[in-house]
Amino acid sequence: MNKARSNPINAVAMHGALILYTLIALFPVFVIVINSFKTRRDIFRDPLALPDSESFSLIGYQTVFEQGDFFLYFQNSMIVTVASLFFILLFGAMAAYALSEYRFRGNLLMGLYLALGIMIPIRIGTIALLEMMVATGLVNTLTALILVYVAQGLPLAIFILSEFMQQVSDDLKNAGRVDGLSEYRIFFQLVLPLVRPALATVAVFNMIPIWNDLWFPLILAPSEETKTLTLGSQIFIGQFVTDWNAVLSALSMAILPVMILYVIFSRQLIRGLTSGAVK
Amino acid sequence: MKRIRIRWHIVVFLAPAVVVYTTIMILPLFATLGLALYSEVENERVFVGLQNFQTLFFDPIWSEQFWNALGNNFWFFAIHMLVQNPIGIALAALLSHPRLRFAALYRSAIFIPTILSFVIVGFAWKLILSPIWGIAPSMLDAIGLGSLYQPWLGQEEYALTTLALVSVWQFVGIPMMLIYAALLAIPEEILEAGEVDGITGWSAFWKIKLPLILPSIGIISILTFVANFNAFDLIYAAQGALAGPDFSTDILGTFMYRTFFGFQLQLGDPHMGSAIAGAMFAVILVGVCIYLFGIQTRMRRYQL
Repeated sequence: MNKARSNPINAVAMHGALILYTLIALFPVFVIVINSFKTRRDIFRDPLALPDSESFSLIGYQTVFEQGDFFLYFQNSMIVTVASLFFILLFGAMAAYALSEYRFRGNLLMGLYLALGIMIPIRIGTIALLEMMVATGLVNTLTALILVYVAQGLPLAIFILSEFMQQVSDDLKNAGRVDGLSEYRIFFQLVLPLVRPALATVAVFNMIPIWNDLWFPLILAPSEETKTLTLGSQIFIGQFVTDWNAVLSALSMAILPVMILYVIFSRQLIRGLTSGAVK
Repeated sequence: MKRIRIRWHIVVFLAPAVVVYTTIMILPLFATLGLALYSEVENERVFVGLQNFQTLFFDPIWSEQFWNALGNNFWFFAIHMLVQNPIGIALAALLSHPRLRFAALYRSAIFIPTILSFVIVGFAWKLILSPIWGIAPSMLDAIGLGSLYQPWLGQEEYALTTLALVSVWQFVGIPMMLIYAALLAIPEEILEAGEVDGITGWSAFWKIKLPLILPSIGIISILTFVANFNAFDLIYAAQGALAGPDFSTDILGTFMYRTFFGFQLQLGDPHMGSAIAGAMFAVILVGVCIYLFGIQTRMRRYQL
């Protein structure tokens, strides 16, 4: 290693800058979470103090559990996210395989058609989408949300997965064909297990935006039974806006699930983002 | 291998994705653009051609709001380009330093705001900046800048910029990660060749690394553009559908939402809402085309 690139003063300055920015990034989350465990008086008296035996209070969480149906919202978010990811991966991998494995007329055109959606946001079509969901009776169902997220996630999924599918060796597939495996079995039993890392990348990319989306739950499924956690906390906070304990607790409760997901999947996410899959 | 019969497995593999994508994404997109050409007269849909767009662009009642939202949207985008991307590049440059310890820790921590929902981010910052709670004023006081504090989100001049900066705070992790990946992909030999020629430290960054990561900066710019012109959630969570104070934080997404669903005394209007969606589509399309044909093709791609 060259001396010019490892100078102790530089190292201190670099750590200083990074620590400063890390504090900026984490400070709001920290303030919200610590204050959610305090009494109303202590929230205002010293917002930056950690809760101690005197200021500790769970009154906010009590209100949240009594007034909001957060378990239901959480369950709805889980169902929507997991089902959407499943279908994005299944349909996306199938289409990516068809595009990368077989030569047929219109292959390139089909690829371009499916890639259009990478750049064009699905929200532009919201008004007609809502009319369609009303006409088919899907409005205020989780199915509507799942369909939208699958359509939204497919273009990028197909794009990323086709790149990986091209790398699967032809010999393996041809060996399968010689053994008399059907094209379906070759795909599901030989190819799919080999592209598991790519599937994980696609899943992680899609997971957070789906979980956090506010627009489509607000427009397509705002009923009490179908509220997602994001919409549920938005509405709850809007109603309890003057009850600081409840608002802070609701925010902390909304932070918790994504933080857990992040802790579990952050390596995968960062590897995906930095592996050039998005290029 | 000439086969005339249809290979059904190809159809089976493609069908689910194509059907869902076409019916849920492509058809509603064109149907929305179509709706913009109609209007409701005595409960019936009548074809009016481009009249809705004429109303939107030139009728003072509508055009004032429309140009306001469009202008705000450009300002929102400009702040992202001027603040988010330089900070992202700087952080990535620091993180990619070969001997930096705890790099993974910093990276994971700085990325945390990006995974939070707009609802959390919007409310959290609203509380922190609020004069009632007083965290922002007391922290500014602590560093001797207390007199600078103002309730920014409540002021017409500052509210939009403040929200744009909040959004920058949230999303800086994405340019950071993508640039970080691009920097790591630069081969050591190139940097060493530069060192032989006496190019180190800052000048190595400006003269060698920056030109090599330009394609990634281009991708980040277009991703930011599309995301900003399609933004809604943060403004809605922090300021509500009215995008206050006095529409000073109104952007195309909130304007479309309000027009479509109606608010206060104004009834919802799907046709004018669709016209706004059409305008958003046009802006995004122009941006994407400028990127694809104007920027991407001219950017020198170095063989790495």
